[in-house]
Amino acid sequence: MTISIDPQKTNNESLQPKGWLRYFSFSLDHKVIGIQYLVCGFLFYLIGGTLASAIRIELASPMSDFMPRDVYNQVLTLHGTIMIFLWIVPVVNGAFGNYLIPFYVGARDMAFPRLNAVAFWLIPPSGLMLVASYFVEGAAQAGWTAYPPLSITTPQSGQIIWIMSVLLLGGSSIFGGINFIATIIKLRRPGLKLMRLPMYCWAMLGTSLLVVLSTPVLAGTLILLSFDIIANTGFFNPVLGGNVVVYQHLFWFYSHPAVYIMVLPAFGLVSEILPVHARKPLFGYTTMVFSIMGIVVLGLVVWAHHMFTSGTPPWMRLFFTIATAFIAVPTGIKFFNWVATLWGGKISINSAMLFSCGFIINFVFGGITGVALAQVPFDIHVHDTYFVVAHFHYIVYGGTVFIIFSSIYHWFPKVTGKMLNEKLGILHFAITFIGFNLCFAPQHWLGLNGMPRRVAEYDPQFQFVNQISSLGALLMAISTIPFLINVFLSVRNGKDAGDNPWNALTPEWLTSSPPPVENWEGEAPLVEEPYGYGKEISERK
Amino acid sequence: MLNKNIYLILIISLVFSVSFWIGFNVNLLPAEASINAPIYDELFKILFIIGLIIFIGMTIAVIYSLFKFRKRNDQIGDGIALEGNLSLEIVWTIIPSIIVLLIGLYSYNIYDRMGGMKELNHNHEMMSSNTEKIWAGISQTSDNEIAINNLSIEVSAMQFAFLFNYPKGNFISGELHVPVDQKVSMKMESKDVIHAFWVPEFRIKQDIIPGQPTILNFTPTKVGKYPIICAELCGPYHGGMRASIIVEEESDYNEWFNKNKKPEVNL
Ligand code: HEM
Ligand SMILES: [Cu+2]
Ligand SMILES: [Cu+2]
Repeated sequence: MTISIDPQKTNNESLQPKGWLRYFSFSLDHKVIGIQYLVCGFLFYLIGGTLASAIRIELASPMSDFMPRDVYNQVLTLHGTIMIFLWIVPVVNGAFGNYLIPFYVGARDMAFPRLNAVAFWLIPPSGLMLVASYFVEGAAQAGWTAYPPLSITTPQSGQIIWIMSVLLLGGSSIFGGINFIATIIKLRRPGLKLMRLPMYCWAMLGTSLLVVLSTPVLAGTLILLSFDIIANTGFFNPVLGGNVVVYQHLFWFYSHPAVYIMVLPAFGLVSEILPVHARKPLFGYTTMVFSIMGIVVLGLVVWAHHMFTSGTPPWMRLFFTIATAFIAVPTGIKFFNWVATLWGGKISINSAMLFSCGFIINFVFGGITGVALAQVPFDIHVHDTYFVVAHFHYIVYGGTVFIIFSSIYHWFPKVTGKMLNEKLGILHFAITFIGFNLCFAPQHWLGLNGMPRRVAEYDPQFQFVNQISSLGALLMAISTIPFLINVFLSVRNGKDAGDNPWNALTPEWLTSSPPPVENWEGEAPLVEEPYGYGKEISERK
Repeated sequence: MLNKNIYLILIISLVFSVSFWIGFNVNLLPAEASINAPIYDELFKILFIIGLIIFIGMTIAVIYSLFKFRKRNDQIGDGIALEGNLSLEIVWTIIPSIIVLLIGLYSYNIYDRMGGMKELNHNHEMMSSNTEKIWAGISQTSDNEIAINNLSIEVSAMQFAFLFNYPKGNFISGELHVPVDQKVSMKMESKDVIHAFWVPEFRIKQDIIPGQPTILNFTPTKVGKYPIICAELCGPYHGGMRASIIVEEESDYNEWFNKNKKPEVNL
């Protein structure tokens, strides 16, 4: 007997709103939900980006003159929290996962469509609540890490709302994770073997495992923290005998894997994009799968590298150094494989390709500083300085955000049936790439030379370099303009895309653009070789 | 074929020489003013050079592919149907593993030379009777050692200042004075939230944690005045939480010490 999780008949079509209005409804269609995640995430990205600009304006001069110091800490906390919990995580998981995974496994919808819609609809209210908490007396100002005792002793109403909001967002991502695991394992079309799934499925399987294993730990930790704040318990409050380092262990047990929750899906997406535009099979499929799983396993056991200066015992520091550095091996394999995928191809140089190659270059840089940071003696000097700020923005912005843009250029024709304008796309890429490197590269030097992070004021000797960084941030802000113009113009008057403008082989391209409600008119196609480029059709298995 | 290999060897040696040149000639770090600093900088240099080789190499590979294998206007069709190459993949699994392992062992060695691997509180029986637990800091020393050492200083951190207590002289100072070339032991405690003690020129940093005193040892090697920076978000004035450490000749230090010393009071 086989247990089958059949998606309930998804839409009672006569009751669903038509046209763009359906994006404002409790739709059960995975494609609609995917777009809801993407657009909602992008709106929060604009808010988070505005806050980032405010931070960089403040830092253009050494004194704290643009906003009061506590407001700076609130803005910083809100920026970090929004970017992680409302932009990157929902978009690379929720948006692309929802849109693509059912196509890739040959299903008509996700395994649990209602749970899926609930997962999405948790986000806008909790996000709005978080943003609104800024206007409450005493918004959260302990950073996105919310370390006690600072988070216990700063004004409390804002911190409590912050915890509530992050808990709801965590719940949303657990629901999403369960759904992805069930869909990939259980809804696969008969005949489709695991080792023939498109790579993004593997990435999402790994990511969802991380989500399901580690997010509950964050939830528990934050609940204990809220007890300390509201009910005066003493889990983490040193005045009542609590232990502040225990909080750090629990927090990073989630938040280190969280960086893989942010980058693994991006690894999956780039593995889909490169073969199409290079017209070559993905190089080393099997090693790619194993390296994803290697990253998942290692990702769970390296959290204490965030705590090398917190008084951890020496043996622990040693263990976490070696474990962390070893993540470079599976990660490195993936990068070599991508370059090998390009090698000998017939590469179309377009916006999607440029953003993906930009990602490779930026991420290699961020990965190298990451291996350096894994070394205890190295980390001790630069921990909690601008070096770290530079490192993680190379990963999350230069890595994941670049891939989000690459993916938008790649799948826009599928979603809308229209092409994006390539000239505007390449302009967008050029400004983003230059602005990004101008903004974050100089920050490595700042950190090495004595500028701590999370400060509204700094030693005047660092002014010039900070101004270069702020100039880069300005360029990044400007770079969204051609992108937005492009999207709005192309949705209305873009060139018709046809069903498969890139001539790609993965299943989502084997249906109309945009696809019909249940993905295929007839039966789902069986794609056994999603990367069979360079072969005659008859040779493809 | 021969020609191709020659180009490859040429490019690789160019990448190596450029990386080594940058590694040895570009200095990204501030002055070295403690025993730790040159040891740290040695590690930094190695990591910098290896990092440069990998980064420049990968960037060249990507840009070269984009250029060399770009689709010309009249071309149709696909690239070669190359799905993998087992020996190549084994090579680029094993080489990075070895590099990572060597770096790990080397940095362990560096850390040991900085005094980081020393076990603290070996005397466990003493510990259990002792209610206060001292957490492992950097360059640790045991309690006994601190007691013997003349230069043991108690640091307390609070929003938003550092205070330095010299128990031997029975006085408290807002500036940290230490003699050059002598080992200093500090026991650090926080009165409120987490702070951190960072001296960039010394390449040391240690969190100061409420409820859990930490130890930090260092030996300054260069006379001068250096900033002490708080490196852990501790509230609105976190950016302003700074102090100075003044490293001076022993005679100057003694003069300062004697001027501040409170006379012993016999009760
Ligand atoms: C849009 C361009 C961006 C700019 C100009 C920018 C700039 C900044 C700056 C100046 C800081 C303050 C660093 C500090 O004092 O510690 C910061 C912090 C941070 N940023 Fe961004 N950022 C950008 C995008 C992102 C993205 C896409 C993410 C995604 C995860 C992100 C995540 C964070 C986090 C987690 C923090 C730390 C917040 C904290 O310390 O609590 N940023 N960013
Ligand atoms: Cu402080
Ligand atoms: Cu501070």
